Amino acid sequence: MIPASFEYTRASSVGEAVRMLAAGGEDAKVLAGGHSLLPLMKLRMATPSLLVDVGRVRELSYVRDAGDSLAVGALTRHFDLSRDELVARHAPLLAAVAGQIGDPQVRHRGTIGGSIAHGDPASDLPAACLALGASFVAVGPSGERRIAAADFFTGFLETALAPGELLVEIVVPKATGAGWSFQKFNRRAQDWAIVGCAVVRDGSTRVALVNMGASPLRSPGAEQALAAGASVAEAAERACDGLEPPSDLNASAEYRRHLASVLVTRALAEAGGAPGQEASP
Amino acid sequence: MRVSITVNGELRSDDVEPRLLLVHYLRDVAGLTGTNIGCDTSSCGACTVHVDGESVKSCTMLAVQADGCEVTTIEGLAFDGALHPMQESFRQHHGLQCGFCTPGMVMAATSLLAEIPDPTEQQVREGLEGNLCRCTGYHNIVKAVLAEARS
Repeated sequence: MIPASFEYTRASSVGEAVRMLAAGGEDAKVLAGGHSLLPLMKLRMATPSLLVDVGRVRELSYVRDAGDSLAVGALTRHFDLSRDELVARHAPLLAAVAGQIGDPQVRHRGTIGGSIAHGDPASDLPAACLALGASFVAVGPSGERRIAAADFFTGFLETALAPGELLVEIVVPKATGAGWSFQKFNRRAQDWAIVGCAVVRDGSTRVALVNMGASPLRSPGAEQALAAGASVAEAAERACDGLEPPSDLNASAEYRRHLASVLVTRALAEAGGAPGQEASP
Repeated sequence: MRVSITVNGELRSDDVEPRLLLVHYLRDVAGLTGTNIGCDTSSCGACTVHVDGESVKSCTMLAVQADGCEVTTIEGLAFDGALHPMQESFRQHHGLQCGFCTPGMVMAATSLLAEIPDPTEQQVREGLEGNLCRCTGYHNIVKAVLAEARS
């Protein structure tokens, strides 16, 4: 499979990338590791007229301690994230999720920014960022802005990023010592999750789900139930309230609902109680 | 677009279309057909090569993304007429049946040992999760990689 023709240009800095995107118009796409975009281009489901390759913008590959949070450069690869000591200490969920994406070859190329900007409901990192209460920093022609993960994923492969905006940083509040869990159910090694669940308990509980709707999302039903003092079983039962999971080759919507409630149960059990509060079965 | 890529230690310079995939560059431009194309969807791992020492699936990378990089293919492993120790271990332990997945398996395995020099069997199995063997010959593949790690 061969992508349709496109123009290619390589940026060496954030500023240059933003200028190139502005010049490229609405059909320009950002290329980082390429592991979300190139498969779509090979299937010709995406036919950008211009690719702005940011793969060499080395200033965007880092994990920094920013006080109450970690600042993760958008070009940080899954491989690096999975082995980073700061991430392991302050956001172990993120390291665990990154280490389970695809396979080693994919993790050598794929980047956190690429995965977030792609906004695929079947991807694991968006769910992890939702569970961690992360926010995203974007740079565009009119400057920089910060978007909460909760406001970022707006539809199927759609995000709050405007054309011409580049995702540059993921800000992850430190969850040092918080309870957490990531449950991923797939049938084959390296596959996408049929359903996944990421949980962080740090006083309140955030429950994010993979592949349970048009976009990466949190489970309002489970979160509200837990906030009201419900048991794990009651919260799991309400995990799919208001959600419309897809039916596809791998699973029907009904099967996904069942699986989600099972995975939410497991995730909450593994994450344990929030500080000062034990999870009851 | 002009790209300069060091392939198996030799610097090449070629004019390529931006949409040319790295695997097609290696096979059709550089003439190195040891790297196979299997699924063409970054699932099977048959096209695994090293870019700057790390395993990647060359069907999901553009040749222009490898501009300025060092690429190693299966042809670049043998040295001075002698098989690379990993190739030798695959031969010794019958780590191949039809052989189609073998170049990718060997490239993934050498990258794995560069990251985890003394892996457990579980780590080898997980480290090769991106490579499929349609003959289901995993048992001896894992045996070959473990034997090479311990030698």
